[in-house]
Amino acid sequence: MTLTADTAYPPIVEMRGITISFPGVLALDNVDFFLRRGEVHSLMGENGAGKSTLIKALTGVYAVDSGSIDLIGTSQVFRGTSDAEAAGISTVYQEINLCTNLSVGENVMLGHEPRKGGRIDWKAVHRLAAEHLEGLGISIDTRSLLSNHSIAIQQLVAISRAMVLDAKVLVLDEPTSSLDRGEVEQLFTVIRDLRARGAAIIFVSHFLDQVYEIADRITVLRNGKLVGEYLVKDLPRDQLVTKMIGRQLDDLEAISSTAERAIDRTDAPILKATGVGRRGVLEPADLDVFDGEIVGIAGLLGSGRTELVRLLYGADRADSGNIEMVGTPAKMTSPRHAIDRGIAFSSEDRREEGIVADLSVAENIVLGIQARKGLRKVRQEKQDSVVSEYMAALDIRPADPDMVAGNLSGGNQQKVLIARWLATAPELLILDEPTRGIDVGTKADLQKKVAELSEQGLSVIFISSELEEVLRLAQRIVVMRDRKSIGELDSRRFDLDGLIDFIANEGDGSAA
Amino acid sequence: MKHRLFWPVATLVMLILINTIARSQFASITVRDGRLYGALIDILRQSAPLMLVSLGMTIVIATRGIDLSVGAVMAVSGAVALTIIDGSTDPNNVGVVMLAVVVALVISLLLGVWNGFLVSLLGIQPIIATLVLMLAGRGVALLITEGFITTVNSTPFEFISTGYLLLPFAFFIWVAAAAVVGLTERRSALGVLTEAVGINPEASRLAGVRSRGIIWSAYAASAVLAGIAGIIYASNIKAADANAAGQFIELYAILAVVLGGTSLMGGKFSLAGTVVGVLIIQTLESTMLFLGVPSAESPVFFAVVVVVVVVIQSPRLHRVARDFVRSARARRAAEPSLDAEVVG
Ligand SMILES: Nc1ncnc2c1ncn2[C@@H]1O[C@H](COP(=O)(O)OP(=O)(O)OP(=O)(O)O)[C@@H](O)[C@H]1O
Ligand SMILES: [Mg+2]
Repeated sequence: MTLTADTAYPPIVEMRGITISFPGVLALDNVDFFLRRGEVHSLMGENGAGKSTLIKALTGVYAVDSGSIDLIGTSQVFRGTSDAEAAGISTVYQEINLCTNLSVGENVMLGHEPRKGGRIDWKAVHRLAAEHLEGLGISIDTRSLLSNHSIAIQQLVAISRAMVLDAKVLVLDEPTSSLDRGEVEQLFTVIRDLRARGAAIIFVSHFLDQVYEIADRITVLRNGKLVGEYLVKDLPRDQLVTKMIGRQLDDLEAISSTAERAIDRTDAPILKATGVGRRGVLEPADLDVFDGEIVGIAGLLGSGRTELVRLLYGADRADSGNIEMVGTPAKMTSPRHAIDRGIAFSSEDRREEGIVADLSVAENIVLGIQARKGLRKVRQEKQDSVVSEYMAALDIRPADPDMVAGNLSGGNQQKVLIARWLATAPELLILDEPTRGIDVGTKADLQKKVAELSEQGLSVIFISSELEEVLRLAQRIVVMRDRKSIGELDSRRFDLDGLIDFIANEGDGSAA
Repeated sequence: MKHRLFWPVATLVMLILINTIARSQFASITVRDGRLYGALIDILRQSAPLMLVSLGMTIVIATRGIDLSVGAVMAVSGAVALTIIDGSTDPNNVGVVMLAVVVALVISLLLGVWNGFLVSLLGIQPIIATLVLMLAGRGVALLITEGFITTVNSTPFEFISTGYLLLPFAFFIWVAAAAVVGLTERRSALGVLTEAVGINPEASRLAGVRSRGIIWSAYAASAVLAGIAGIIYASNIKAADANAAGQFIELYAILAVVLGGTSLMGGKFSLAGTVVGVLIIQTLESTMLFLGVPSAESPVFFAVVVVVVVVIQSPRLHRVARDFVRSARARRAAEPSLDAEVVG
């Protein structure tokens, strides 16, 4: 590598003394941030530390209360993302904001469509879009509707869109939160290439492995305050974590025993799905979940994990197969049916399918219980106790139940959703990427909570693209590929490499 | 932080002040025969039909919908009630009038159920679904009155719009309606579930909210309220006029909802805001009468005032103003240091 982030380059972005407050929250308090050409700079901090806010201050989404922003030595005041783009700053925001009712190609090229004779050259739009997507290693039909694609694809489309600009500064706010290893590698190749050409990249992620793989420099924020700026090579991982959370992280060893726990599979399973599928979406699959068991579902992008659980929950309708709950047949044609049978489902798409953004945090947490009760309002004391219990258990910050949920940081919104489902006290909890965007400390807490509940008898289906997490929690892992279930593993007998290998190679018919 | 109702209430107060300054007797209230009279009292009485329609419209809009058929429902309801009274042997019998009202409201409810069926079960876009009835409803009303403008003389029926119990009876009707709707929405979970469905329908569905029933009930409520409005209207003119009843009222109702601070995008709604919104509109109407704006020019006058009011309430304008103040303050804070440099 020729270029590394030392002081060979002067800062391209200098943010000094940035302060931003929202009603009741001091989101950033006198924060300095410097970004140099040819470096990948990670912004690190807990959920709600102020990372996304700092980025939005840079790109003009939020006006700063005080402080200055210089771009290549000249002071800048951006009045919005388009100003920032014009100045060469391209951004992928944490909550993907694409037009799901447009095609993939239109989304990638939106606002930068090539023109011929004054009119948009649609052929060129789709050709260029395909090239950009190819750069990230995905080949999909650019004329297909974006809403038909998974969150991961949408995330990749958002990244491709940012690449179209060929910007001096590329800002990526948790771009990998729903990507698998393969896509992450591909993205990193592109990032390294941009870096070598002198671009400056801000990379926000809660995956420490990824940060240590790609970043040159780290700026740590805590509670809206700057903790410090460090070179990655000078900052060992445990020290980084301590700086982020302000204490030492409890180790995860306590949980690892969950996967070892023996499950009694003699009684009828809580959920027994046979041949559940839907044409063009999922080939018929079987799945059993026993009392107190955690079943992991692992697989690559587009393997059909989400599709399977959506059919089980009745979010989409299956056109084949049977489902039994505790030995009796269950019709799952709508979420209501699933709910009435004690199933809860937390979607991976928190923006579209999870958070009710304009309602308060408390109303969002109570929504699950309330929907089950119908029109009779959940008693106020009951609401208060549930809300305060889960806000504390999941450490939702700021601890203000009346705050508008859409104003919470991404990770805290995710915690609100988990709280909503846990509060309904289900018998079977389906978690699709529940730790997406959640910081290291809380992730450990959440895993502990799930393990604890399962020991008390809760059954869980756990989907995550973070395989370590699946291995740590699940006793059994169902592996999927190409919209098909290809095998079932006893997680005690597999380690990470074994699982990765199985996902990639096993079950193509050649192997037993 | 400013209360949500700040701007609507401020606008209303401002309007009343302007009127009072223009002609001081605007605000005066006199007592005669144990009844209160005055321009303000008239506003309370005359707002009844629009108030009822707007309350329903608020709930429908909260679900991300819209109800264009309210005017037509008013026409049908009035036609039904009058036809029954007209056909009876004793139009002055209270029982007959009560029966007429109940039948009219049941038919209004059925029309609302029809709207709700189209929207929530068949998934037709609300604007189209309710357009069907908006266009067909007046035809139905004409059929009921057999193409005539039915007129009646029925004291109990007239009491509905012109009766007095210290204050106009029509005022009590809308206050009661507002109270019932408000209590139903906020004492039960209906309000918050309606908002959830309006803000994020898919998330609500996955959370198990029975959004179909909630949307359905919104259209039903809207139609019943429009039905009451139709009766008040018919009572006021002592006739069922299928063409004039509730004409354009859907547009005024939408305006009232927006003035009251509820977004047309659906979600969070404020019934109190809508009440204030209707009073703003009604006060404006009175203002025009009061200032003697010629009726040909009154729509223009009305439109100009509405534009001003809406702009004053625009959150974006507030933000721009805030940013301006903020940057001006920052500039002022920066200046002394510049001076200091020059001096030093
Ligand atoms: N529009 C807003 N209104 C009110 N408060 C806000 C708003 N946006 C952010 N905040 C608050 O500012 C703080 C910082 O939020 P921010 O989104 O920057 O966190 P983050 O570091 O990106 O967290 P995460 O890792 O969860 O994405 C949080 O307390 C959040 O609740
Ligand atoms: Mg963030």
